[in-house]
Amino acid sequence: MSQAQKRILMAKTGLDGHWRGPTIVARALRDAGFEVIMIGMANTDDIVSAAVDEDVDLVGLNIGGHIDVAKRAIALVQATRPELPIFAGGTIPPHAAKDLEALGVEVYPPGSQLSDIVDAAERLTGRK
Amino acid sequence: MTEDLPAQISALLARCGEGDRLALARLLSLLEREPAAEGFIRTQLDSTPANSAFVIGFTGAPGAGKSSLINALLPEACQSGAKVAVLAVDPSSPVSGGALLGDRVRMQGHSQGANVFIRSMASRGENGGLTRTTETALRLLAHGGWDQILVETLGIGQVELDIVNLATTVVVVLTPGWGDSFQANKAGLTEVGDVFVINKADKEGLNQTRVDLQDSLSLLTSTIAPVIAETVATTGQGIAELWQTICSHTSAMTDAGLIGQRRSLRQSKLMEKSLLRHLESQLKELLASETGKSVLSDIARGKISLEEAYRKLVAKL
Repeated sequence: MSQAQKRILMAKTGLDGHWRGPTIVARALRDAGFEVIMIGMANTDDIVSAAVDEDVDLVGLNIGGHIDVAKRAIALVQATRPELPIFAGGTIPPHAAKDLEALGVEVYPPGSQLSDIVDAAERLTGRK
Repeated sequence: MTEDLPAQISALLARCGEGDRLALARLLSLLEREPAAEGFIRTQLDSTPANSAFVIGFTGAPGAGKSSLINALLPEACQSGAKVAVLAVDPSSPVSGGALLGDRVRMQGHSQGANVFIRSMASRGENGGLTRTTETALRLLAHGGWDQILVETLGIGQVELDIVNLATTVVVVLTPGWGDSFQANKAGLTEVGDVFVINKADKEGLNQTRVDLQDSLSLLTSTIAPVIAETVATTGQGIAELWQTICSHTSAMTDAGLIGQRRSLRQSKLMEKSLLRHLESQLKELLASETGKSVLSDIARGKISLEEAYRKLVAKL
């Protein structure tokens, strides 16, 4: 077992109650040997304090509902831990995906392959 | 990152002592990631005053409601102005080494309080219900000024009782319908708990569970009698009373001078653990060595008996 275990925070923003997506992604990341900290549906403050307290190497946001909520969370995480990479998935319309990418967030819309998401996690956490 | 680890650790410890959460979080990561970090941290903390934080351990079957109870207790614990930290342990996958740490899902809405720090930890192959470095993690939290620490162990089986060596008060969480008095005695849980919580007390079977529990607790001869509490964590029923119960237990322990006794017992247990770990790594080296391999293949081919192989290997240790 690797000593340098990488840690990933998985959070849902907004009030969209769909769990399936983040749960499946979290399982895939666990099976790839990551420690995944699930916080479920969370407000921006919860996401930021979890990113700090848990000293994660990557934040995964499942974006449901309004994109502005996600943007607020991203801004706050980036203000608190500027070096921390963020990737996002969920039902993100193409124009919103562009906005997120402009903020330095990698976007994995519905239809993305789990293996691509795991690869991204390995690259973003510096495991590969 | 590994270069000049001691200097990095002293700088972080200084910031952590001033209440910097990120520094504390980094130290907890280093502790888990860098095998050499634990020694440096302990040496540097040894010159600081002894660990005075109160550690309340929560243990019990998976799904009994440990996370939800801690979540419900957090506002109570913070009320007196105390800074409250939570360490939540979940299992690592023995296959991939990865882990899903989900205790935090039940602990939401506390971020607005700067007085709550929550950290999830993966067991990483430890089988005592905690992580290998929990004791040092507790000292780091105390160093960071967190004076109440709630520790959630893995769902308990019959052996995951490391928490007893670390906690000032052990809370065992049960639910109605949980076994009978035979189970209680068999599992050994009743010997380790200070406070017994029957959570989900709105479910059927509460009375029977209470009677069974009272029954098996009545046979104990501890200085301070264990207490039974009943809660429904999700509605808040019984939560304030439970916190009072825990606090009374902690002060009774302090008054009777038992906390110091537990702390010194903890030291010798830790010593024992590190010795065992040391021996275990020696043993693994031996088995991987040429001698070890040839003995193992001799056994496989039936050339020597297990007893003979055992004696050969022990002689090499």
